[in-house]
Amino acid sequence: MPGDFRTQIEALRPYLLRYASMQLRNPDAAEDAVQEALLAALSAEASFAGRSNLRTWLTGILKHKVVDAIRRQSRELPASAAGEEVDLSELDPLFAEDGHFKVAQPAWEGPEDALGQKQFFAALEACLARLPVRTGRVFLMREHMGLETGEICKELGITPTHCWVLLYRARMALRECLQTNWFGK
Amino acid sequence: MASCKEVTRLVSQGLDRNLGLGERLAVRLHFVVCKQCYNVGRQMAFLRRAVQKLSQDESGKGG
Repeated sequence: MPGDFRTQIEALRPYLLRYASMQLRNPDAAEDAVQEALLAALSAEASFAGRSNLRTWLTGILKHKVVDAIRRQSRELPASAAGEEVDLSELDPLFAEDGHFKVAQPAWEGPEDALGQKQFFAALEACLARLPVRTGRVFLMREHMGLETGEICKELGITPTHCWVLLYRARMALRECLQTNWFGK
Repeated sequence: MASCKEVTRLVSQGLDRNLGLGERLAVRLHFVVCKQCYNVGRQMAFLRRAVQKLSQDESGKGG
């Protein structure tokens, strides 16, 4: 029944909103993307028939809407922001002159246990929020939405090399942040 | 021998593209003697799993 389908879709709205907010960091843009995705889903009910997982299907639709929003947003980002972030000098304090680590990088204890804790994800989100805008965006497009680097480059109009630099800096910053705020505590 | 700076960068790229044979070898050799980079590599892989779980766990349960 159509009514049923609408109810099921609406029930997933909080999840979808969370998903979009994570990526877009802008409540209005996230709300718009979810709204567009829900409308698209309603008009495409027929194409859902026979698929097992409604959430997966909806997430797929939402990803496209989020990428559209990112494309719009990145047109508004000044080009200078792109240049600044290729610079990796913030990592210099980590390494000695010969390029080796200055201090020990301990293994994390019980990382799998952390994945079962709500507070851990709160810490992770706080660390993500501290990343520079473009760095965080690229990292989440890659790791949260699972897009390939080529697709990310295309959408943001950056080179693969730039993309890898941003991903590297995001990973280094996040592990440092989690070391400080979670694993090293 | 590659530096930690180079190796951590390669390890990160290994999550985004297929590394060449020489690159993979450089990472492996470095890991043998450098626990720091090995740990960092594990942490980068863990970050991927953690971020994938971010919106999944608390979804649809009012959380």
